[in-house]
Amino acid sequence: MSLPKVHEIPIGGIITEPGSSRRNLTGGWRSLKPIIHDDRCIRCRICWMYCPEGTIKETKGEFVVKGRKYQYKYEIDYNYCKGCGICAHECPTKAIEMVPEA
Amino acid sequence: MTAAAAIQKAKAALALTSNYAVAYAVKAADVDVVAVYPITPQTTIVEKIAEFVDDGELNADLIHVESEHSAMSAVVGAAAAGARVFTATSSQGLELMHEVLHIASGLRLPVVMAVPARAISAPISIHGDYSDVMNTRDTGWITYIASSAQEVYDTVIQAYKVAETTLLPVMVSYDGFLMSHTTEPVELNDEEAVRRFLPRRERPNVLRPEKPITMGAFAMPDWYYEIKYQVQEALASSLKTIEEVDAEYGKAFGRSYGIIQTYRMEDADYAVIAYGGAAFGNAREAVDVARERGIRAGAIRLRVWRPFPADRLLKQLAGVKAFAVIDRAIAFGSPGGGPAFIDVATALYMGGMDVPGLSVIHGIGQRSMYVEDFVKIFEMLKDGERNKVVYMGLRL
Repeated sequence: MSLPKVHEIPIGGIITEPGSSRRNLTGGWRSLKPIIHDDRCIRCRICWMYCPEGTIKETKGEFVVKGRKYQYKYEIDYNYCKGCGICAHECPTKAIEMVPEA
Repeated sequence: MTAAAAIQKAKAALALTSNYAVAYAVKAADVDVVAVYPITPQTTIVEKIAEFVDDGELNADLIHVESEHSAMSAVVGAAAAGARVFTATSSQGLELMHEVLHIASGLRLPVVMAVPARAISAPISIHGDYSDVMNTRDTGWITYIASSAQEVYDTVIQAYKVAETTLLPVMVSYDGFLMSHTTEPVELNDEEAVRRFLPRRERPNVLRPEKPITMGAFAMPDWYYEIKYQVQEALASSLKTIEEVDAEYGKAFGRSYGIIQTYRMEDADYAVIAYGGAAFGNAREAVDVARERGIRAGAIRLRVWRPFPADRLLKQLAGVKAFAVIDRAIAFGSPGGGPAFIDVATALYMGGMDVPGLSVIHGIGQRSMYVEDFVKIFEMLKDGERNKVVYMGLRL
């Protein structure tokens, strides 16, 4: 994303439209990346509740993992995940692994 | 002037201290919100404004805050909501509001503040010098230093137009006590005419419930620099606005001052550069005395301290053999002694000019500055004294 120049920024750094923080992709701050191992995930939703940035995405649908049917799937929005590791810490089945960013 | 005109003029003038002149200017500017916190020598400004509000002469909200930090914060908030605001302080109060000064300029809010300049503790002093004002040098405020009660009145009115045009906060400073508590004749403008001079214009980006905006958001390293550069650029270009507003004011009310003022500089060999009351009281008289003693002396007064009027000053210094800057503040530990000297030296260097100068520190904690002291500075310049700091009036 190319950032605005001096004269393209509203005077005083004032934010004139709501929701502009979505443009700030904080995923770049991450040094450890959470990986969800879907085969170990029991769909308890604890990561979804604990994530301080709301970056656990819940998708509804029909999902079959190792012969088991689930109605939900959890994925991470890496555009905004800062890699804090709370999800991995809280996961009761250790289904989330923190791996170093490349 | 005819006798009748002189009488008419005298009738239009009131005997006012510079502090009261500020209060009358604030009333004429029809200010909406005034944050009030007392400190010597500022207090009589807000006392007078409170009187105007109580008498129904000024329809403003007076906010009694618990500190100067809160005073500046209150006017920052009110200005963010679109109000025309005022506050005043001195010395320790200006120090306490220091961090909020940066916020006012960073958010580009047209706050106007009066500062009768006073020395800073310790040791505690209620008397005048410019240590407080000079400490605000890098806060991004436009800063005037006035020399008379009349100029204080005129400058506060000009300050509102400059602030609302440039979207920068403006400080109007002047000598604590020597001006703040000295009574002078001041011609007041017709208030309706002042309100025509200061029309209420829509400002971009004020806080309104129907159009939400965010002010004072966090800026990451990839945003902060650009926003602060906007302030730097706004200050640099504000000099033009300051000049235009001064000229427009002159047309409307018959008084204007320029950005620097000079006295007998046309053929001067030696120039004294100063600010505040001494710059045109003591300095002008000393120029006359020095000229009687055969020294081609001249005086330059800095009316605008920030942005520093480098180009205009260099034009004046182009023909002189040497200059002296008289600072009423000490830039502790600096190579130049006083803050204004440092800026004059920098301006010369940046302009590729080599004019030798003397840095004179005087009037610290309101140590008396005599005309003869200023004459002595001209004599020192003529005797070839150069490139050093002189602590005048000091028992060394």
